[in-house]
Amino acid sequence: MATHPGGLTASSTSPTPGDRPTPDPDVPFPQAAAEPVRPPVRVRGLTRRLGGRTVLADLDLEIADNEFVALLGRSGSGKSTLLRALAGLDRDADGAGRVEVPERLSVIFQDARLLPWQRVLPNVILGLTGPGAADQGRARLAEVGLAGRERAWPAELSGGEQQRVALARSLVSEPRLLLADEPFGALDALTRIRMHGLLRELCQRHRPAVLLVTHDVDEAVTLADRVLVLDAGRITVDTTIDLPTPRSPRHPGFQGYRERLLAALGVTRTEGATS
Amino acid sequence: MTTQLDPETAASLATAAPYLTPVSPTTDPAVADGEAPDPTVVDTNAPDPVTPSAVPGTGVPDPGAPRRAVPTALAPEAAGATDTARGGSVRRRRRLGPGRPIPLGGAIGPVLLLAVWSAGSATGVLDERTLSAPWTVVATAGELLANGRLQESLLISTQRAGLGLVFGVLVGVVLALLSGLSRWGEAIIDGPVQIKRAIPSLALLPLLILWFGIDEQMKVVTIALGVFVPVYIHTHNGLRTIDHRYVELAEVLRLSPGRFLRRVVLPGALPGFLLGLRFAVVNAWLALVVVEQINSTSGIGYLMELARQYGQTDVIIVGLVLYGLLGLLSDGAVRIAQRRALSWRRTLAD
Repeated sequence: MATHPGGLTASSTSPTPGDRPTPDPDVPFPQAAAEPVRPPVRVRGLTRRLGGRTVLADLDLEIADNEFVALLGRSGSGKSTLLRALAGLDRDADGAGRVEVPERLSVIFQDARLLPWQRVLPNVILGLTGPGAADQGRARLAEVGLAGRERAWPAELSGGEQQRVALARSLVSEPRLLLADEPFGALDALTRIRMHGLLRELCQRHRPAVLLVTHDVDEAVTLADRVLVLDAGRITVDTTIDLPTPRSPRHPGFQGYRERLLAALGVTRTEGATS
Repeated sequence: MTTQLDPETAASLATAAPYLTPVSPTTDPAVADGEAPDPTVVDTNAPDPVTPSAVPGTGVPDPGAPRRAVPTALAPEAAGATDTARGGSVRRRRRLGPGRPIPLGGAIGPVLLLAVWSAGSATGVLDERTLSAPWTVVATAGELLANGRLQESLLISTQRAGLGLVFGVLVGVVLALLSGLSRWGEAIIDGPVQIKRAIPSLALLPLLILWFGIDEQMKVVTIALGVFVPVYIHTHNGLRTIDHRYVELAEVLRLSPGRFLRRVVLPGALPGFLLGLRFAVVNAWLALVVVEQINSTSGIGYLMELARQYGQTDVIIVGLVLYGLLGLLSDGAVRIAQRRALSWRRTLAD
């Protein structure tokens, strides 16, 4: 499997219809194949009830190939419920609706969720079988800056390193959709900034569609192509972030998005200034 | 006269009793200035016989003298401790924990017991018929070794315990897997095992003798019955308490059932299994004692039973010591296995 020696200049996976059973990231992006593609994520009329309370109400959502979508919402707004529905982790849930997701999807949880009794490399390739799995795992570990730590135990790593291993594990299967449930919520501010850069870089390289659930407006505006705000089970804001990357909060347009999104989340201007 | 905590003592105190925070009087500005000290300032440099406490005066004003000037309403405890207990020189924090560990403390009790036993035998207080002298026991062990009876008995006993252990562990693990991984398995298996748990092995012996006779089969079955229960209980518990988040992860990664079993379930249940194994090893030796003292013609228990008939307390004690050693050794072996198999848990402690 391909390593990407050239960093961001390396090629991306080609967006072909369906689930692409044999992706070859070494083939340069074939523009000719850009025929109308069914979006990897299509949600229609999704309703979920938890304990009698409607958490998601008749929700529609589409995410295009390679699109980075951030999902904002206050706690209890249904963010995680939506992500779990997409991940297929709510089979016993009470509700209705249709969810179409690609076969190859990965999830990054808030906790790194590494198996403590497995060393780093086996953790990365846990879901992978066949020859070459170890090489792929090593390549992904190198991408997240953890080359040489293959034989470490998860408990020997810092929280940020553990989350990077989790990132490597989620990318090792070359997913078409990456679901991330507040993946940086448990990290300190400095580590979080580094992880933002890493995630952006890796997503540009592997080009999965991403749904990032977060409660951090700055994180959403920094990373996403499109930001959604979920409120009381409905998407109340759906905005494309039209800023050059890499983004900085110092960019004049940044504050506009920030204030608008904070307002949508029910945070007043003065509160937002202090946070 | 001043008492000051030298760094070495402070360090040794800190390691011996980490819950005590040594506070040197010199670090407190109030004390150094000779003013009325803060009543909360304490000196933990206790007059432990093993602690070199006082360091000759270093020119720091006596913390005791100004302390007497502190109104007792401010620090009633300080006044009491200072003036009555320690002659007013240093105030001490009363040690409430058990204190520092005694070097080789674990050996003191057994050595004391041995000394009392030796003294009793030497002075004739202990009758040879009640309890043989320690040196008689050693001599008897030597004789038994020389004529080969000890090795022979040891071998046959170890064989029985080992066979029973192997079968018991196998049965325990298989039942725990069946019951831990399926609701139907649990419904069928768990109840009977809990019932078996409530019945002592000794109570089953009459039935087992009727079924299997009095030869080796009965003995191994009895031992296995004592072994499988703790293995089952702890392995089952280990399986049931595997973090649900890992199951979720396995579902997201679409692990096959076999891979899920090998990568998540079995390693996750290993700590529980090893704990069960430690109980199982002890149970194997316990069950061995039971089966070897009833209708047996070989083994350590038989050796002891025979000695009872002839009133040879020295041989009985050799047998008891052997049982004790075997138990300790096998438990130690399982602990080593535990430490190796669970090395991932110790990485931070190392």
